[in-house]
Amino acid sequence: MNFALDLFSIAAIAAGAFFFFAGSVGLLRFPDSLTRLHALSKADNLGLGLVVLGLLPRVGSLLDALKLLAIWALVLLSGAASAQLIGRALRRRGGDE
Amino acid sequence: MSVLQILDVGLALLVLAVAVWTIAAREIFGAVVAYVAYGLLLAIVWIRLFAPDVALTEAAIGSGVTGILLVTSGARLKSAGKASAAAKPGLSLHLSAAALSLLAATALAGVILALPEPSPTLAPEARQELAATGLGNPVTAVLIAWRSFDTMLEKIVLLLAVVGVWSVASDRFWGGAPAPLGRANPQGALLLLEQTLVPLGILVGVHIFWVGANAPGGAFQAGAILAAMWMIVMIARASEPPRVNSLWLRLALISGPAVFIVAGLAGIGMAGNFFAYPDGFAKPIILFIEAFMLLTIAATLPVLVAGPPRRSFGP
Repeated sequence: MNFALDLFSIAAIAAGAFFFFAGSVGLLRFPDSLTRLHALSKADNLGLGLVVLGLLPRVGSLLDALKLLAIWALVLLSGAASAQLIGRALRRRGGDE
Repeated sequence: MSVLQILDVGLALLVLAVAVWTIAAREIFGAVVAYVAYGLLLAIVWIRLFAPDVALTEAAIGSGVTGILLVTSGARLKSAGKASAAAKPGLSLHLSAAALSLLAATALAGVILALPEPSPTLAPEARQELAATGLGNPVTAVLIAWRSFDTMLEKIVLLLAVVGVWSVASDRFWGGAPAPLGRANPQGALLLLEQTLVPLGILVGVHIFWVGANAPGGAFQAGAILAAMWMIVMIARASEPPRVNSLWLRLALISGPAVFIVAGLAGIGMAGNFFAYPDGFAKPIILFIEAFMLLTIAATLPVLVAGPPRRSFGP
């Protein structure tokens, strides 16, 4: 059982790390601000979500698990909102560099 | 080298690289973004040094609040016009600043390297005396019980900063309100943040204040979070920066140091010494003082960000 949980943690965190990696590559390689923003928000949402998922079996108490989930939810909220704000600001400026 | 050591070295190199980026950035905004990233990385460094209290403060104050202060100052500098562009620092100023920084950094490095091994510490004594304060977090005990005078003076420095910001107001605006923080007709995403993040943030702020007695946290970190929530509300235009002559604002600003001084003076009568706390009552008194410091910090930081009054005193 423990082995299975460890395996699950490793798999989920590795998948999360992959999304962060992919998001960073996108941030560096994508041609304009909006697509870069897209890459970045995917990394935040999915990458962090998977890392949190992988950490969940390893927490000591229910409260810690809830804190982890709250952190993810807060990052989702602020990430989505700031991506919107940056996107709007870009459109208002009219430039897509 | 173990994996953790390699990560630590990588982290240190990253901090240095971002620090260089902060200096080398061409635009103010880019430099500020780099500075915020630098603060967040530094917070991770503090975590690696097992100093979560410092890490929280660095993330909240060093990175968050200072970041927004610098962004708003940068925007104001830009709107002040290109007149200041002529006054750009020349090469000699750059060089002397670099030489001075290099000197300070070398001196600091020399001091660090010259520290005796093991380095002098009062940590065991602090750990031992912790029970007398009724607190569980030695950092809070140091801040409010053993070095309380320093902590009070820090709050007075905050007040001086407010006085400094307000003193650049022109006479006709004195007593009025600073300019609004956000544009008219805030976007939906901002309203969403204001409606969902702010209640949660206030809860988190009060929680961090409350657990500060026993775990990493405390008035400064919590105050910074509450200040951030007030700033979000002002940026979303759900409330405007208060007039600088409003009584409640000024009471909130001075409440922390005032309560601190009164409690310190009361210590003379109750425990025989300035800033001494009577036995058994240390924790309630400390929490009482901290609650008002929380208010002062949460009020001061947004006032600093809002800047001097720009609109004349009116209805």
